[in-house]
Amino acid sequence: MPRRLLRDGEIVVDDWRTLNETEADGHSPLMLTLDQWLTERERWIARGGRLGVILAPQHKVEMLAADLARFSLVAAAFPGPSEGRGYTQGRLLRERWLFSGELRATGAIGRDQIFFLARCGFNSFELPDAEIENAAAAFATFSAAYQPSNDAGLAAPLLHR
Amino acid sequence: MLQAVMRSYTGVISSPVARQLKYAAMYRYDVIDKALVNERVAQFRDQTRRFLAGELGEDEFRHLRLRNGLYIQRHAPMLRVAIPYGLLSSRQLRTLADIARRYDRGYGHFTTRQNIQYNWPALETVPDILAELAAVEMHAIQTSGNCIRNTTSDHLAGVTPDELEDPRPYCEIIRQWSSFHPEFTYLPRKFKIAVTGSPKDRAASLIHDVGVHMVRGPGGDPGFEILAGGGLGRTPVIGHVVREFLPREHLLSYLEAVLRIYNREGRRDNLTKARIKILVKSVGVEEFKKRVEAEWELIKDAGLRITEAQVAHMQSFFNPPAYRSLQDSDPAAGRDTAFRAWYRYNTAEHKVPGYRVVYVSLKSPDVAPGDATEAQMELIADLADRYSFGEVRVTHTQNLLFADVEQERAFELWQALVDAKLATPNIGTLTDMICCPGLDFCSLANAGSIDVAKLINERFDDYDYVYDLGELDLKMSGCMNACGHHHVGNIGILGVDKGGAEWYQITIGGAAGADASLGTVIGPSVAKADVPETLARLLDVYVERRLPEERFLDTVRRLGVQPFKERVYAAPAAA
Repeated sequence: MPRRLLRDGEIVVDDWRTLNETEADGHSPLMLTLDQWLTERERWIARGGRLGVILAPQHKVEMLAADLARFSLVAAAFPGPSEGRGYTQGRLLRERWLFSGELRATGAIGRDQIFFLARCGFNSFELPDAEIENAAAAFATFSAAYQPSNDAGLAAPLLHR
Repeated sequence: MLQAVMRSYTGVISSPVARQLKYAAMYRYDVIDKALVNERVAQFRDQTRRFLAGELGEDEFRHLRLRNGLYIQRHAPMLRVAIPYGLLSSRQLRTLADIARRYDRGYGHFTTRQNIQYNWPALETVPDILAELAAVEMHAIQTSGNCIRNTTSDHLAGVTPDELEDPRPYCEIIRQWSSFHPEFTYLPRKFKIAVTGSPKDRAASLIHDVGVHMVRGPGGDPGFEILAGGGLGRTPVIGHVVREFLPREHLLSYLEAVLRIYNREGRRDNLTKARIKILVKSVGVEEFKKRVEAEWELIKDAGLRITEAQVAHMQSFFNPPAYRSLQDSDPAAGRDTAFRAWYRYNTAEHKVPGYRVVYVSLKSPDVAPGDATEAQMELIADLADRYSFGEVRVTHTQNLLFADVEQERAFELWQALVDAKLATPNIGTLTDMICCPGLDFCSLANAGSIDVAKLINERFDDYDYVYDLGELDLKMSGCMNACGHHHVGNIGILGVDKGGAEWYQITIGGAAGADASLGTVIGPSVAKADVPETLARLLDVYVERRLPEERFLDTVRRLGVQPFKERVYAAPAAA
């Protein structure tokens, strides 16, 4: 079954594949785990095509910094509902390392998290089917914010009033 | 990219709002603050609806409801409402009374962190309660869950002569920054910040995840000393100084750096090792400081800098009320003993001549410490309007207070308080106990605490004896989560479960102020019925061995626990 995403506010079918889902030597957009990337870095660079990397919560984004320009996508994994390191990963990728590609949240996230994730720079959300249809409304949960953060990708300029 | 809205203190809504009010000295919401709390209510209403409709699982909903202060407790949900840095208007207190009456069983419980808890609300009504709160500029945002909690402060802020500067404007700045902070909503564990503007630390800042102390820099410029890594619970730790002087403009960027290091590096594999104190301990204070400083260097000049104008704007909300020009007097002179005792124990010095701080004791012997009925809350609100510029404060020690009472009117006020059982003359004494809700209400507790408080009150009902003991703080928790701060009580009592029975471990020598220390366990735990006798023996040793004017705490520090221990365990406690 195709994986659906909420990306830039639209529900879309995911065009990215993990190594388990596609042939390593094909040309479809390929998401690698950080381990896969680091283990065979030269091979993936030689492969061509768009590359993405999936960070586990314990990964420091600094590990990617030198290679960041090679990636069109970075995904942060949220293995459980209390996981919060991805929020920091998102902000650092956007604000410190100026990553401008797709920043995706995957795992135990739902519509109740995406307002905050979006403020941390995420523009793409892998959501359960039961959640995805109504999720876009969550971007309007709050009409303002008290603290500066990174809201790239949020279509509506919530705070310019 | 979106701009930050630090508008509440950037002056979009002009400061005269505060001055137009009948009663000053309190932060007032602007249109943005109002919109945010209303949007929070709508969000939680939708979440509750989805949960009740089976669209949200128990675990997913748990994380969301906790961030709105809602626990599922022993008997019913418990709702914890924030009273930011302890400040309430009479109008807000009336709303709290009204909520107790209409949604609960007619009372509320004030906590050590300047919150109020309701023990009996029905889950379906909680969104309505939150809407009632929002209408009076209150909320339950982040009063629970693994996020930044209610910022607490000195209950004497702005009126005490021993203060360097009023800490409340900074508390409000922190409250706003920490509310809905997108990055720090799913921290490894809860995170508590306390701010004090006085070297006499009445906010227990040394046992907070972060303590903020107002200080002056080398050139006399305003700023903060920052402590981190304090906390109670299973592993009690006194906070460490991580920065001796932080210029005022950098308060938020530095806090953001601390939180970011904690969010990235705090343990998440074991809840009991997830507080920042464990991180600071495991990497060492020096290394922790280094990491925070390195992060801070990268963000300190970005969007979180606080300008002078922002500080001035926030300070304008806390301008002193319209004091009358009065002389100090002695209202106790010529009055009866009961009033004199009350005036001595339940009032405190005010920096303005002719005024006095008046405590409202919530430690009546026959009531659970910190509880107030809706009728008492209504009365206190009325008295606040009549005697103290319509303002009431919640203390860290679970009492309320009027900050600005004319000395000459103290007697009248006392009469009104006596009639409502709010004038128990015991502030700062043995029976002014801090006490968690314990086994009677809390699903975490191992043992009762309210009933032990009752036993202690029954045993120590002789005021002359209690007064002779002098300054003494007794703190009691029903389990090692330490909501009653037992580790830092001069006498601490911790409820433990022993084969299904309620037992109590006693510590002595703890302190929560600027000279904070952790108490020492005196020996094996004692049965519930023996707690009063155990205390009596500890106090006997003190009375026999104290030096003139020496406090219990200082006697324990001088003698060590040995003589106390020997007396307690010398012979079985009388049944």
